[in-house]
Parts: sequence; structure tokens; C-alpha cells
Amino acid sequence: MTLSGAAEEVRERPATTPRRRWTPVAAALSLPVVVIVAWQVAASSGAYSAAQLPPPLSVLDALADLAGDGSLWTHIAISVQRVLIGFAAGAGLGFLLGAAVGLSPGVRAVVAPSIAALRAVPSLAWVPLLLLWLGIGEGPKITLVAIGSFFPVYTTISAALAHADAHLVEVGRAYGLRGGGLLGRIMLPSVAPAIFSGLRLGLAQGWLFLVAAELIASSMGLGFLLIDSQNTGRTDILLMAIVLLATLGKLCDALLGLVEKRVLRTHK
Amino acid sequence: MTITTAPAGVSLRGVGRAFGDHVVLRDIDLEIAPGEVVALLGASGCGKSTLLRMIGGLDLATSGSVRVDGHDVTGIDPRCAVVFQEPRLLPWRTLAGNVALGLPRGLPRNERDAASRQWLAEVELHGFADHRPRQVSGGMAQRTALARALARRPGVLLLDEPFAALDALTRLRMQDLVEDVQRRSGTTVVLVTHDVDEALKLADRVVLLGGAPTGVSVVLDVPGDRPRDHHQPELAALRSELLAGLGVPRRTPLERETHAR
Ligand SMILES: Nc1ncnc2c1ncn2[C@@H]1O[C@H](COP(=O)(O)OP(=O)(O)OP(=O)(O)O)[C@@H](O)[C@H]1O
Ligand SMILES: [Mg+2]
Repeated sequence: MTLSGAAEEVRERPATTPRRRWTPVAAALSLPVVVIVAWQVAASSGAYSAAQLPPPLSVLDALADLAGDGSLWTHIAISVQRVLIGFAAGAGLGFLLGAAVGLSPGVRAVVAPSIAALRAVPSLAWVPLLLLWLGIGEGPKITLVAIGSFFPVYTTISAALAHADAHLVEVGRAYGLRGGGLLGRIMLPSVAPAIFSGLRLGLAQGWLFLVAAELIASSMGLGFLLIDSQNTGRTDILLMAIVLLATLGKLCDALLGLVEKRVLRTHK
Repeated sequence: MTITTAPAGVSLRGVGRAFGDHVVLRDIDLEIAPGEVVALLGASGCGKSTLLRMIGGLDLATSGSVRVDGHDVTGIDPRCAVVFQEPRLLPWRTLAGNVALGLPRGLPRNERDAASRQWLAEVELHGFADHRPRQVSGGMAQRTALARALARRPGVLLLDEPFAALDALTRLRMQDLVEDVQRRSGTTVVLVTHDVDEALKLADRVVLLGGAPTGVSVVLDVPGDRPRDHHQPELAALRSELLAGLGVPRRTPLERETHAR
């Protein structure tokens, strides 16, 4: 290659870099666009009734309708509230128990097998029991979300702390750290990436369990909207609720991801 | 800032350590005077690190007594500071933040920061206070670990093969640095090493560990003032004695000459 050729290549680079950054976005969007177009074509072809397959735009109409009369916000707010409270409770308990089991072989020996056994219960099996014990109010839904959030957080934190870098822990001890100081300054920071992946899994599972809870027993929330629109044959609202659940789940995960990025910026 | 410490003596009497049925060390008797530099030399796996850890209270003897400054060691000893074979820096903290681990707790933030920087300057790392461990070389990381230990103003500085993982040139510089810091601070140093020349260069006394289970086989006084050049002729005999003790006999230059005649 000639020198001028090399120079040209260098000059070209700034122009191509931004375009390259957009390529993955365009690639990721291409498939959904194709699906939406196919959906529109299928819906307007007359092969399906509007109740079976409403066109994409009528999903937006449903959104506008429900947003207009304010009921949409109530459903969203109650679902988000259940997830946040349930996640806080479940993740908090998972963190504490996970830390105790990870740090103390004694606690591990007593507690870990029982928790592992509870974990083997398929989550929906709890629902009748929760309804029986906690009634049909907010209690059973929040509890179910908490159960969903608990296990991923508990599992990742207990495993990570039990295998925290022994060399660093020894340094902490050699320099006079004990108990809470050792946990806060050495052990937790050294397993922070695992903690965050546990929290993100727990949050995702919280949403999963929320839908299960709301499908089964509720009169409000996005899960209720799913089952209610199924009963009333409003496929447009049903599809809208699915899209909203996806959006909210992704949004929550992205927010936690931002916190993670800030906290872990010194870890790389 | 002055870096002087109150050097502490170390006294080992009949010290033994067994891991279950496996007796690693037995009947170790050793008196180390305040301010003395003692090198522990021995084959790999003979229990040098275990002995050092028992002085620092990271491990406890199964028999005999370990005393620092006249007090029995029953746990992590605040008068001791350890530098391990690996730097063992906290990757999420800056070099200054790592050195701060050696400082007394409860210092106001600005004092702590200033002190960390000063200790870093002691090991010739001014200007790297805000770097992360992954951004510096192995030698610099090990010097940070040394600064962290010095920040504790230890009565006894425990060094567990601190130069073993460094390249030859960096190792020479680190040896000079430790020599210099020891002279200025006056601290007692217990240095574990595999390297006979390193022991002869830095130590006042060399303790050769050997046998099964390990005991003290020989204690040698090293003549001459530090810093020494290990090529000094009067060290040659000591050198071959130590190497023979480690199971790798070498002829001294003198013997070689006589042989040639
Ligand atoms: N926590 C432990 N549990 C069981 N055995 C141990 C433990 N720590 C050390 N040992 C044993 O004690 C012996 C001495 O180990 P130590 O690390 O003190 O040797 P060393 O002389 O420092 O070796 P090296 O020169 O390779 O660092 C080894 O046989 C080792 O297996
Ligand atoms: Mg060792």
C-alpha cells in the first residue's frame, strides 16, 4: 500500500466511526419493523377478524383511549408499586440471608438446605396458599413478587461471598479489619459485580411473578388488564399490555444498570 | 514526615505448627532483637510463610509461644505489618486508597489522603496516588504494598518473598529501597526469601530452616555493615554454606582456584 493510501484511510476513519455505531441499532430494529409490517399486512388482508388480530395502529388507539380516561395510569402505578415493594422486601431479605449464609459456615449448614428445598417449589404453587393466608388484597401479590426476587439475590450473594478472594480478605484482616469493617470495605466491594447481577435477575423475576399474581387474583394492574381483555375479547388492549410490560421491565433493568455502572466504574 | 518507628523484638520459644496430623514446624527457638533484620531461608514448602504468619498473628502456633515486644501474639498484631508475595491491592481503590488501609482508622479524610501520598512518596511513587492497581506495573504495585505496610508504622515489618515475582532489575531496586527504608525507620524486619544472595545483602542474621518437620538448622551472623555487596569475598564462605544447607552445594571461587593449581 502506498503512503497516500494509508493517509486516506486515516482521514476516512472519523467519517465511518459514527456510521458504524448506528449499524447495530439499525440491525436490531430491522426485524421488529419487518414483523410490524407483516402484522399490518396480515391484519388488513381480511384473513383474520379484528378481534383475533387487530392492526398495529389500533393497539396505539387502545393506549390513547386508556390513557385518556386515566385508568391506564392507575394500572401502571399499581403494578410498579407492587414490583418495587415486593422487590425491596425480597431482595433485602435475600441480601441479608445470602450474606449470613455466605459468611458463616454455621448458618450455611443450618439454613442453606432448607432454602434450597423451598426453591424447588414451583413458584405458582404458592398462590393458593398465599390467597388463603393473606386474603385477596395487596399482601399475596407483593409476597409473590418478593418470593420471585428473593431467590436470585440470595443465591448469587451467598455464593459470591463464600468464594470472595481469600487473599484480599486476608489483607483486610492483616490490616486490622474485622466483622462489619471487613464486610463493608473488602468483601462486599470485591463481590459487587455479582451483587448487581443478582439484583438485576431478582428484579426481572419480580416482574415475572407480578404478572402471575395479577393474572390469578386482582382487579387492577397490567396483569389484570391482560386477563380482563382476554375475557372481553379486546386483543388490542391485550397486545398493548404486553408491550407495556416489556417496556416497564426493560426500563427498570436499565435504571438498575445505570446505578451498577456508576458503582462499578472503579472496578474495571 | 519522619518515618521512624518503635522497633519491636520477636521471641519464638518452642514454636510448632501442625495442620491436623501434618506437623509442619516444630521446636523453633529464635530471638530477634528490636531493629534487627533477619532473613528466613528454606526450601519451598518448609513452612517459612507459616512461621511469618504466626509472628503477625494471621495464624496461631499449635505449641510453644510467639511474643512480639514481650506480649503473646493471640490474634492480628497491631505492631506487625505484612507484605505478601503478591501485592494484594484492592483493585477498586486508587494506590492512595490502598495505602490508607495501613493508616490508623478514624483520620479525617484530608489528613488520610495527605498521609497516603507521603507514604507513596517514600517508595518513590509520587504522582501515582490516583492510579488504579491495574494501571501500574508489578514492581509499582509491590512498592504500594510496601507503603501500605510502612503506613502502619510497624514495630516489625514482615516480608514474605516480596520480590520473588519481580524481574531481576526491579528486584535489585526494591532491595535497595527496603534497605533504605529499614535504615531510616529503624524497624525490625523479618524477610522470607529463597534467594541466598538477597539474604546476605539485606540481613544481619540468616536463619536456615530445614528438616522434617522443619526446625532451625543453622543461624549465621552476616559480617559487615549494610548495604552490602553480595560479591564481597568474606561472604563467599557463608554463601556456599547456605547453599549446601539448602541442598545445592557449590564450590566457592577460592576452592576452585586451589583446585586448578
Ligand atoms: N491452611 C493450611 N492447611 C493445611 N496445610 C497447610 C496450610 N498452610 C500451609 N500448609 C502446609 O504447610 C506447609 C508449609 O507451607 P508454607 O506456605 O508455610 O511453606 P513455604 O515455606 O512458605 O513455601 P514457599 O516457599 O513455597 O512459599 C506446606 O506443606 C503446606 O501444605
Ligand atoms: Mg511461602
